[in-house]
Amino acid sequence: MDCHATRNPFTGAEAPAVGVKVEGVSKNYGDLQVLKRISFEVQPGEIFVLMGPSGSGKSVLLRQISGLESPTAGRVTVGGLDPRLAESRDQVRLALVFQAGALFNSLSVYDNLALYPREHRLGNERAIREKVLHALRILSVEETAAKFPADLSGGMKKRVSIARALVMEPQLLLYDEPTSELDPVMAATITEIIGTLKDEFKVTSLVVSHDRDLALSIADRVGILMDGHLISVGPPAELHAPKNPRIADFLNPKIDIKHPRFKQLESAPEPTNQEAS
Amino acid sequence: MKQLTLILEGVGSTVELLIRAASYIGTLPRQFARFIDQCYEIGYTTLPIVAILSFAIGTVLALEAGYSLQDYGGKDYIGSLVGLSMARELGPMMTAILLAGRVGSAITAELASMTVYQEVDALVTMNIPPAKILVLPRLAAVTCMMPVLLLIANIVGWFGGAVVARYSHFIGIGPEEYFAALRQFVKFKDVMNGLIKAEIYGFVVVLVCCNIGLNTRGGPREIGAAVTRAVVASLVLILVLDYFVTKVLL
Repeated sequence: MDCHATRNPFTGAEAPAVGVKVEGVSKNYGDLQVLKRISFEVQPGEIFVLMGPSGSGKSVLLRQISGLESPTAGRVTVGGLDPRLAESRDQVRLALVFQAGALFNSLSVYDNLALYPREHRLGNERAIREKVLHALRILSVEETAAKFPADLSGGMKKRVSIARALVMEPQLLLYDEPTSELDPVMAATITEIIGTLKDEFKVTSLVVSHDRDLALSIADRVGILMDGHLISVGPPAELHAPKNPRIADFLNPKIDIKHPRFKQLESAPEPTNQEAS
Repeated sequence: MKQLTLILEGVGSTVELLIRAASYIGTLPRQFARFIDQCYEIGYTTLPIVAILSFAIGTVLALEAGYSLQDYGGKDYIGSLVGLSMARELGPMMTAILLAGRVGSAITAELASMTVYQEVDALVTMNIPPAKILVLPRLAAVTCMMPVLLLIANIVGWFGGAVVARYSHFIGIGPEEYFAALRQFVKFKDVMNGLIKAEIYGFVVVLVCCNIGLNTRGGPREIGAAVTRAVVASLVLILVLDYFVTKVLL
């Protein structure tokens, strides 16, 4: 198998893996500049994890890469094509796993997954059914097929959301905070799934997260975004001993227990039995 | 100035949405299930309130007309008055207003919620145009359902007038006389004019509500604000359009 070829999860057929090129991208909302001249590349077949504190512009950058928004300046290409154009999306299949899942609440899990192949006429209903059930099986959530998104737990929603992305037979998988709002066990499971999908199907993956464990365990390269600037790109091993003090502070936050706030907590009166109950 | 800019932006985005939805008209046969769902939402669920209100308006019209005309010997014309009022003006206007309140608000709430919770973004990344599967079936359904709703509104309103004309002590006109006058004065053209009005108002209401829903930004609070904005915009548009459409159809 070509090391830069994506393997179709359903047919086993190979398709060229695609890379992402971000060139001098800036994004303004009114007077607020969220992204400041960001440039980097995601190589075909790699997992690139983009880390940064909340509000650093990670999700905004993901919206530019997925074609949901247009950069104020600069250019994004996926497999050499502009992801904002419908024609490009026909040629390069790109799937985005949203932070909150973004499952269609009015549809069952099965219909959520079947929507893409039905709308794009990718086979008859029997073939679509097989594909949907196979995707649910890969993510170990086949028992949810008849349920509605409102009936699923947070972890289940994330898995179903990844299964929905998988049904698109993507060449590029984008994840927006895939482990947020999950307990450590479920976060580890999702991290493992992302790694497995990359190993099994060689799908190029761009993961936006502030989960250090995720980056250390599956990333080929890690980018650190702070205040709209991409301040570092390198292998995950660099996260163990970052040279940049800002990155070190972000990855290893020190809580000052002598801060007045903690003093107040210390001196707070013990709750009475009645209050505690 | 800022308000004017916002209004013009709203008009522009609404027209753009219409053009985008129309460009997918060839996909409508494949969206038959969605079309039927929307016909149910727009037609069937609105029918009871349309019928109740039409009956009430027909009765009040007959009552007022009977009371005013009794001294002038014009009671025989009550049927024509109720018939023409319902067919030409009150039927289409009231049906459109009910549509804005009952269906328009629901459409805006649903689409705004889908937008806020990124379901619409998910559609875009799946290369499924929201105008195709969320807007087009609704526009097609309202186009088919408005004439049905209006005809039922007219008939129920006319019957409401007939009941009052028969049982009100100061009118006392039988159904034969009432409907004879109605048939004499209400022409096919009057009913058609009402249908044209209803089609235009219904179409505009659904289009505007879809557009406001799909352009909602922010969190859950914005969903409520979007619904209010959509209903107010629909009502204002119905009233403004009513003058111009009536003038053209006279």
